[in-house]
Amino acid sequence: MNQARNLNRKDKQRPKNLDLRTVRLPVPALVSILHRASGAVLFLLLPVLLLGLQCSLNSAEHFAHIKEVAAQPFVKLLLLGVVWAFSHHFFAGLRHIAMDFQWGMELTTARLTAKLVLALGLLVTLLIGTALW
Amino acid sequence: MVKSHALRLWLAQRITGALMAIYALMVGSVLYVQHPTEYGTWKALFSTGWMRAATLVFVLSLVWHAWLGMHDILIDYVKPALAHRILKNLVVLSLAVYAVWSMRILWSI
Repeated sequence: MNQARNLNRKDKQRPKNLDLRTVRLPVPALVSILHRASGAVLFLLLPVLLLGLQCSLNSAEHFAHIKEVAAQPFVKLLLLGVVWAFSHHFFAGLRHIAMDFQWGMELTTARLTAKLVLALGLLVTLLIGTALW
Repeated sequence: MVKSHALRLWLAQRITGALMAIYALMVGSVLYVQHPTEYGTWKALFSTGWMRAATLVFVLSLVWHAWLGMHDILIDYVKPALAHRILKNLVVLSLAVYAVWSMRILWSI
């Protein structure tokens, strides 16, 4: 009890550095926050994606219409964002499961796999993007 | 069976994630091989029994997975009790609607 209170007081005396220009986010932290952000984005876009799927399966006319809509530059960008969010979430999730099994827990390995996740997410987005357009 | 509640949630998040990963790889390869860029081939793909079953598993995994993830996000960022409860209910409600909607899409083809 006493010890906890002391620790608390110590915490308050500790210098804080909130100058964002000098704080560097470690790569694993970046991958982690992007994992969360991409998950949230995917959740928020679910109704849009479902609407697209429904239309595309409705009739030949609707299918052609969806194709037209998807060909517009803004929609293309949005879809590319969805592809990135999904692939980043995919690879970051696999890294998470690997770490659940105690694999890649050392700092150097963890940093390396974090960079790998970032790179793979972007690479898959690039590949699918060029394949589709 | 797994006893701890937290452990069960953790396990559910991993298993649903793994199931969706398998689906993504499977459907990704089918799209790559078959190129269903016309309405007929696109519709035929979703009319097959295995695709419907796999997509159903995907949708159910997605709903569960999204619920666990959004739950974590709300716990971390939305502290006021009322706002927290409203948003939580909104997430549950929308996910339930998405689940029913997906099944209607799959079985009205």
